[in-house]
Amino acid sequence: MTTTAGTDLKNPAASGVFSRSAAKDDHSEGMSYLESLPRKTVTVYIPLFIIVVVLLFPFYWMFITSIKPDQDLLDLHGGNPLWVSEPTFRHFYKLLFESNYPTWLWNTMFVAVCATFLSIVASVLAAYAITRIRYKGAQTVGGLIFLAYLVPPSILFIPLSTIIHVYGLFDTPFALILTYPTILIPFCTWLLMGYFKTIPYELEECALIDGASRWQILVKIIIPLAIPGLISAFIFAFTLCWNEFIYALTFISSNPNKTVPTAIVSEFVDGDVFRWGSLMAGALVGSLPLVILYAFFVEHYVSAMTGAVKE
Amino acid sequence: MADAAAARTEVRPMPGEPSAWQQLKVNRNWLGFWFMVPAMAFLVLFLVYPLGKGLWMSFTDARIGREGRFVGLENFEWLSEDSDFIRALIFTIVFTFVASAVKFAIGLYLALLLNNNLPFKAFIRSVVLIPFIVPTVLSAVAFWWIFDTQFSVITWGLVKLGIIDRGSPINWMGDPFMAQCVVIFANIWRGIPFIAITLLAGLQTVSPSLYEAATLDGATRWQTFRYVTYPLLTPIIAVVMTFSVLFTFTDFQLIWAMTRGGPVNATHLMATLSYQRGILGGNLGEGAAIAISMVPFLLAAIMFSWFGLQRRKWQQGESND
Repeated sequence: MTTTAGTDLKNPAASGVFSRSAAKDDHSEGMSYLESLPRKTVTVYIPLFIIVVVLLFPFYWMFITSIKPDQDLLDLHGGNPLWVSEPTFRHFYKLLFESNYPTWLWNTMFVAVCATFLSIVASVLAAYAITRIRYKGAQTVGGLIFLAYLVPPSILFIPLSTIIHVYGLFDTPFALILTYPTILIPFCTWLLMGYFKTIPYELEECALIDGASRWQILVKIIIPLAIPGLISAFIFAFTLCWNEFIYALTFISSNPNKTVPTAIVSEFVDGDVFRWGSLMAGALVGSLPLVILYAFFVEHYVSAMTGAVKE
Repeated sequence: MADAAAARTEVRPMPGEPSAWQQLKVNRNWLGFWFMVPAMAFLVLFLVYPLGKGLWMSFTDARIGREGRFVGLENFEWLSEDSDFIRALIFTIVFTFVASAVKFAIGLYLALLLNNNLPFKAFIRSVVLIPFIVPTVLSAVAFWWIFDTQFSVITWGLVKLGIIDRGSPINWMGDPFMAQCVVIFANIWRGIPFIAITLLAGLQTVSPSLYEAATLDGATRWQTFRYVTYPLLTPIIAVVMTFSVLFTFTDFQLIWAMTRGGPVNATHLMATLSYQRGILGGNLGEGAAIAISMVPFLLAAIMFSWFGLQRRKWQQGESND
């Protein structure tokens, strides 16, 4: 961001000379033609490279650890710890066939899918009502839902745990399936409201004239048109569910009902010095479904994230 | 007039008898209500009610398996003399402040870098977001291993570089101050992608012609950033930072997975302390009181980042035009 005076002096002059020819060229390029390669290397590529390396190193280290034989894990100074000479899949094997890991994975998936589905259904209805039916006080309700988004789970888990006990849901997947929507509904509603607003009102008026009910309009017109928004909401909500920790830690106590994040933290930590390999393998496998989902829907994911912020 | 009115009210129920049901289906307000029922049921049962109950519990001496009785402000009085609580409070504030400031600085810098014309831009952007999508607990576990006291790869790197001696490794997780630095670092690492990508989305809406105009007028790079980019970005910065501060302040999982509040309670945030006292210790009332005492700070933080930045935006608009 800080530049020397010399290059700054050059910039206006250079743009003056070249702007006429550049004006006809691709506009999206902006003024980047002014940047010479060596200069760009120093100001852009090197810092970017460093940041990306720092951001990705933990994953590399996780991966390397998970395929290292046990004796190498505890011997940093013997060889190069950043490389594995004899990779082994023993940790993965142990994880998948000698522990409850597949059950935890299934629990996480089950809870995440159910909670996300419930939240999307509730959010579609709520968002449609707020943006299109515009009943009395719809704006206020929209604001309140946004406020609900700002209530963090960390201040709710203690009273919720007593409520879960009273409802008899403690240590069942339903404790999570019913509480996760409180995190997801505000977000999804807010996101979908943005999408619904972009659908032309005329379409709905035509349908009303043709005698469609509100329900038919929602199912046959609005939802098909808002599919990209629904995918965004689904992916983001699913990720949030998968990531959730504090409710899962508080409401689930028995081993076979745990979700991956809580199980990793509590079940693998047993004072065994050789746990690191399976711990890292567990963390890696637990992240994999999300990373795969993300790889296919990057654009939806980004639009969900930025869309919720822009509103 | 009166007759007419009476007649009308009399006439109404005639076709209205079957249409009372019709009314519920067609009337805008009723229809809106039906559509809102599922969402509201969830939010009221599992958000509003627990929030109220949490407030009530913070004034009781409830324990696990026993409804508490009202004890007034006793929990809070007790906490205000509790050195662990004060320590957690101070660390939470420092943690939030330092982590948010650094996240913002690096996040903005990364967004500006990514806003350049780069080869494989979309790919780099997706790679940058990975720390954000991987569950926090799982990456926290990786950090736990990276900063392991005996087998830390960082220590190995520092030894190789000759910065520290192999005989006296840094006790990352054992030393209170180092542990605090490590959890702050992990939080920053996790938060940067979110800030960078959302700010990048904001940056992409800024027209390149504004930069061209500024450059023609002889603006330096810093001036371009300060007087073109920054003012246009303030609304989105306000929202992003509000969220960032909120989630940093109430963080639980990162700390719980890495240190569980240790060593000697040095890395307890209010959320983790509340879990330890409320759920593990069984003092639900006290735990709820700790959780509730986060609320004023949260409100203050939200107000600060929201209105502080909004006002600046307004001032800028005022002075520029």
